[in-house]
Amino acid sequence: MNWEVVIGLETHAQLQTKSKIFSGSSIAFGAEPNVQASAVDIALPGVLPVLNHEAVVCAIKFGLAVGAQIAPRSIFARKNYFYPDLPKGYQISQFEIPVVSGGGLAITVGSGDAATEKFVHLTRAHLEEDAGKSLHEDFHGRTGIDLNRAGTPLLEIVTEPDMRSSAEAVAYAKALHALVQWIGICDGNMQEGSFRCDANVSVRRPGGPLGTRREIKNLNSFRFMQQAIDFEVQWQINEITEGRAIRQATVLFDPDSGETRSMRSKEDAHDYRYFPDPDLLPLEITPDWIAQVKSELPELPQAMQARFQAAYGLSAYDAATLTASRDMAKYFEAATQACKQPKLVANWVINEVRRFMYEGARDEQEEPLPSEVRDGIPGRDVIRIPAEKLAELITRITDATISNAGAKKAFIELWTGPEQKVDEVIERMGLKQITDTGAIEALVDDVLAANQKSVEEYRAGKEKAFNALVGQAMKATKGKANPQQVTDLLKKKLGA
Amino acid sequence: MSLTLEDVTRIALLSRIDLSAAEREATRDQLNGILGFIEQLQAVDTTGIEPMAHAVDVVQRLRPDVVTETDRRADFQAVAPETEAGLYLVPRVVE
Repeated sequence: MNWEVVIGLETHAQLQTKSKIFSGSSIAFGAEPNVQASAVDIALPGVLPVLNHEAVVCAIKFGLAVGAQIAPRSIFARKNYFYPDLPKGYQISQFEIPVVSGGGLAITVGSGDAATEKFVHLTRAHLEEDAGKSLHEDFHGRTGIDLNRAGTPLLEIVTEPDMRSSAEAVAYAKALHALVQWIGICDGNMQEGSFRCDANVSVRRPGGPLGTRREIKNLNSFRFMQQAIDFEVQWQINEITEGRAIRQATVLFDPDSGETRSMRSKEDAHDYRYFPDPDLLPLEITPDWIAQVKSELPELPQAMQARFQAAYGLSAYDAATLTASRDMAKYFEAATQACKQPKLVANWVINEVRRFMYEGARDEQEEPLPSEVRDGIPGRDVIRIPAEKLAELITRITDATISNAGAKKAFIELWTGPEQKVDEVIERMGLKQITDTGAIEALVDDVLAANQKSVEEYRAGKEKAFNALVGQAMKATKGKANPQQVTDLLKKKLGA
Repeated sequence: MSLTLEDVTRIALLSRIDLSAAEREATRDQLNGILGFIEQLQAVDTTGIEPMAHAVDVVQRLRPDVVTETDRRADFQAVAPETEAGLYLVPRVVE
């Protein structure tokens, strides 16, 4: 019997502001406990929240980037619950009228010929404040509270239950992760908790009514998201198959066991008693403000992909790969402007630059980064060769100064070594090809004279003997001759 | 609409307020009194009037994104019941 998986995601993206959403405290990561917690953040009596202009700009940018409605007037609400890291006893959030509604993200699931396109609809995105942190260890049976994070601005982005597999959920999460960084509203750092996902998962018979969902909380890596959803789906199918009903619950994923386990069940489900926060007036966003933010928004990844395909003749896959981050797209364009070889630049960026960035192969001894680090911080590692230098290197291939293999050697030296000039590296490493036809011809003649046996075997119809001659000739040139040129010369002389 | 003792018990639990049996009854009566006023308000015909989220028809003032607060942890923690290593200590919370 078939089962259909239904997934919706809620993502908390920490906004890249300097100060908190309702106070002038810093949100810098890694400070001593409670030194970035002001009277507003720790909820001393008599304080009032004042909304951060930049947090609203971030929400507008996001709304524009996903083609959503931006509410001309939205309302802040109190979400009431008791927890020691929430000193007010409520979180300021948005409930009935969020700042952003609708819109969506186009995603690509799978790669190559198996790739499929899909559009994931968004329900809403709203502004809210983060809570503090509870530390349960090491305080002789007490819990330690750090309120530095309390009041950090978040945009909670909620999808419709549009995804049908863990692969689709991960593809959406990656696309969203890339987009929020692209438009500069979130640094995307999953280790520091700047981008966290909750997955609502249920299963049903195809076409049947929606099943009861369980919510997997705080997925902070794409790999864990995939594992957690796959485990949860199988667990739910087993439960139903064995005649047990699914009960709505919040679950946590344990990366060590690869299992999801229930955190709280429906019995003590929260009743948040939302109501409009009397401390905050309605947020008004005028068409003029939206137009101004729009004018400052960078070209979006999808528009850029289409332009790369049209202007540079790149494949859809290459265009998508190069627009995975804004830095990489900028790098590609700068190198292309400099050497006018878009396809070669695309190949070098996709194959070499990306490999060196993500695998951390800055020198041979260095261990590659573990995948959970890598997939959490794409683009974090720096490109160690400026675009103009890559362009110079590519120009040296197209003007036949160096071979492709030689260029790869120079690339490694440029990436790992100190800053140096491309031509000097080529010179010092002896990578220049011999292009002087006369010199190569003389070498080829020598090789033919010294290898009469192979020449006879080739004339007797042995193809292998020809390869041996090419090998000898390349050896004689110390690999500096253009292999095609050597082959052509040999053929000409032997054919004569 | 009027509240039962069960409703009051639930609201007290959500608000983390401990009520004795006598207080529960008194609270129920007081809350029902308040709900009575609300019923009077709801009797007014508001057809065609846009709901407001705030009593005053003005919009939110915004603050420039600037760090203005300095570290005042020592002052705040001087009046906290229990602290250690810069943290506020509370009875253990386990989920």
